[in-house]
Amino acid sequence: MFEVIFLQFLNGLDKGSAYALIALGLTIVFGTLGVVNFAHGALFMLGCFCAVAFRRLLTLETVTIDPEKLSPWGQPLQVREPLVQAWFGDFGAILVNYSVPLSLLLTVPVMLLVGVAMERGLIKFFYKRPHAEQILVTFGLAIVIGELVKAFFGPNPHPQPMPTDLRGAADIGAWLGMRAGVITYPLWRLIYFLFAVSIIGAVFAFLQFTTFGMVVRAGMADRETVGILGIDIDRRFTIMFGIAAVVAGMAGVMYTPLLPPNYTLGMDFLVISFVVVVVGGMGSLPGAVTAGFLLGILQSFASMTQVKAIFPGIDQIIIYLVAVVILLVRPRGLMGRRGVMEA
Amino acid sequence: MTSSMSRNDIILFAGFAAVVLLLPILATPFGAAYPDLLQRFMIFGIFAIGFNILFGLTGYLSFGHAAFFGVGSYAAMWSFKLLSLNAVPALLFALIVSGIFALAIGYVSLRRSGIYFSILTLAFAQMCYNLAYSVLTPITNGETGLRMAMSDPRYLDRMFFDAAPGMPVPSLFGMSLGGWNGFYFSAFFLLATFFLAMRISNSPFGLMLKGIKSNQNRMNYTGFNTRPYTLSAFVISGMLAGLAGALLVVTDPLAGAERMRWTASGEVVLMTILGGVGTLVGPVLGAWIIKYFENIFSSFNANVLNSFYSFLPDGVREVAVTISSKFVGEGWHLSLGLVFVLIVVFLPGGIMEGARRIAAWFGRMGNGSKRASEARAQPAE
Repeated sequence: MFEVIFLQFLNGLDKGSAYALIALGLTIVFGTLGVVNFAHGALFMLGCFCAVAFRRLLTLETVTIDPEKLSPWGQPLQVREPLVQAWFGDFGAILVNYSVPLSLLLTVPVMLLVGVAMERGLIKFFYKRPHAEQILVTFGLAIVIGELVKAFFGPNPHPQPMPTDLRGAADIGAWLGMRAGVITYPLWRLIYFLFAVSIIGAVFAFLQFTTFGMVVRAGMADRETVGILGIDIDRRFTIMFGIAAVVAGMAGVMYTPLLPPNYTLGMDFLVISFVVVVVGGMGSLPGAVTAGFLLGILQSFASMTQVKAIFPGIDQIIIYLVAVVILLVRPRGLMGRRGVMEA
Repeated sequence: MTSSMSRNDIILFAGFAAVVLLLPILATPFGAAYPDLLQRFMIFGIFAIGFNILFGLTGYLSFGHAAFFGVGSYAAMWSFKLLSLNAVPALLFALIVSGIFALAIGYVSLRRSGIYFSILTLAFAQMCYNLAYSVLTPITNGETGLRMAMSDPRYLDRMFFDAAPGMPVPSLFGMSLGGWNGFYFSAFFLLATFFLAMRISNSPFGLMLKGIKSNQNRMNYTGFNTRPYTLSAFVISGMLAGLAGALLVVTDPLAGAERMRWTASGEVVLMTILGGVGTLVGPVLGAWIIKYFENIFSSFNANVLNSFYSFLPDGVREVAVTISSKFVGEGWHLSLGLVFVLIVVFLPGGIMEGARRIAAWFGRMGNGSKRASEARAQPAE
């Protein structure tokens, strides 16, 4: 029994990591700019497609016709060779193999740019407008981003292969001194979890231990006073928006081998991530992360057959159910500060 | 409530009724004059008016209205299957069921406001959608969607006459509801809904709702318990969504869970914003425009575009076709999203506000006095 529970716990971690990362970005945006960003899921999806685009770039290939050999259909054989492989040989093949983690290199600058452009170009006009209008405009923006991606990549999902070395399963049970082969867990999911934890750690460390982070935290607490002290808080908040976009993008990149992305992916994750933010407490970073993992794990437990036998369909609605209960009994969420968005 | 309608209201309603009933003629130049599309105009008009009663009057932004639409569809379908092929019991049944749903969801969701309300309604709608796809398959028939069958019991019909041969189709006391009949049937309900919305927005109840929108705290301090008012608005709006869902089943006898997805909820928000939140005609206008362009734009393809740009030289034409093909056909949602963003940024009042501004501008142009623009700022509707 312990093994089963432990395994479900592990199974919830990867989804929980994705929720936590998206919710973290949402909370950063809400905490700094006070904007409810319905386009954040689209940023996650955009990150996924950075990986797709990067792989496409890497696998640009030359097609040469080899007249001496024939394909099984009797035509002259077409030899396809990726350009990187032609240029770099084996190193190129490794590059292609590791395209998903490598595309982080592309994702970070791209998402930073997208985030800053989005904030300067559109969001900044909505600081003072009601939340309903912020929701509406970012919702529209999410549609636009989704449709742009659809226009370029088509409506179908794009499966991304994970690096061949990382395809196996990790025998976590054996690591912990249990019998071998009882608790195995796909290696990539483990990597995703560790990746998420390190990103979350980095964001927290950045906010906690750097001067920049200190200023941002001060601005979150009292924007006006920080401004009066002569600090250009707006610029720092813009950068924070960019960082939130980068976090969402990186979360997306690493998630592609687990779930082939298509253009609707963003919204599917956004709806849940919003629920996560609300459960964690609007504006509370630790709350968002905790709630993300918590709901991921809860969802995993709810999809156990034993549980489903008692409450049919519970796996489909557990997250929303938790959100409804939390909102009704504890409006500020698990870790929300008293008085922040409690109405 | 008892006061009779003002002259402006009567003119507005008569004008609206004339436009709706003459739509088969008026829509001809736009290539939209066929019953299927016009019927959807009516149905989504009802949906948008219903949504506007909640969002436009009270300011509560629901992101889960499609749930009631879907529930109405399923209820009507079950009435067709179990009771009768007559559309009247189906609509009544749909109204009752969606009303109950709205009462339950509204009772819970309205305990919070602002973004929390949006998320609660979204959560409930997603729950309905997910359940309809999974456990409730016996009731909803899951992904395939619920449709009528020859073998349905239809107890009410069986009491009076034997089953007619052939595929069962919805009717109205024996009159078929296909084609133009269906359009006028839906048009009747659109007019009724419009009338209801007009009366509500002029009534003390409507004023109360508007008061809640502008400052709920103050309403509470003056001693009003606002909850019953918002809840009534929510239920009315949910029931109208259910009515629209039921009418859609009358037209197109298939009820699917897709209609409950949050995208469908988003669509009605788009319609209302595009037309003009809080106005009477705006939501209907928004619904019509979106449905029209969905229909027209999505049928555009490379051939149509090529002939459209035929006056351009070859190279330029290809570029023009490539660029614009991203915005029409499959990609028409892109144009919709862009227009929507622009509307929210520059024209939060939607098309109605745009029309008002243009009218005011023309008024100024006309006699150059400021008074004229003031007068025009209060449009007839």
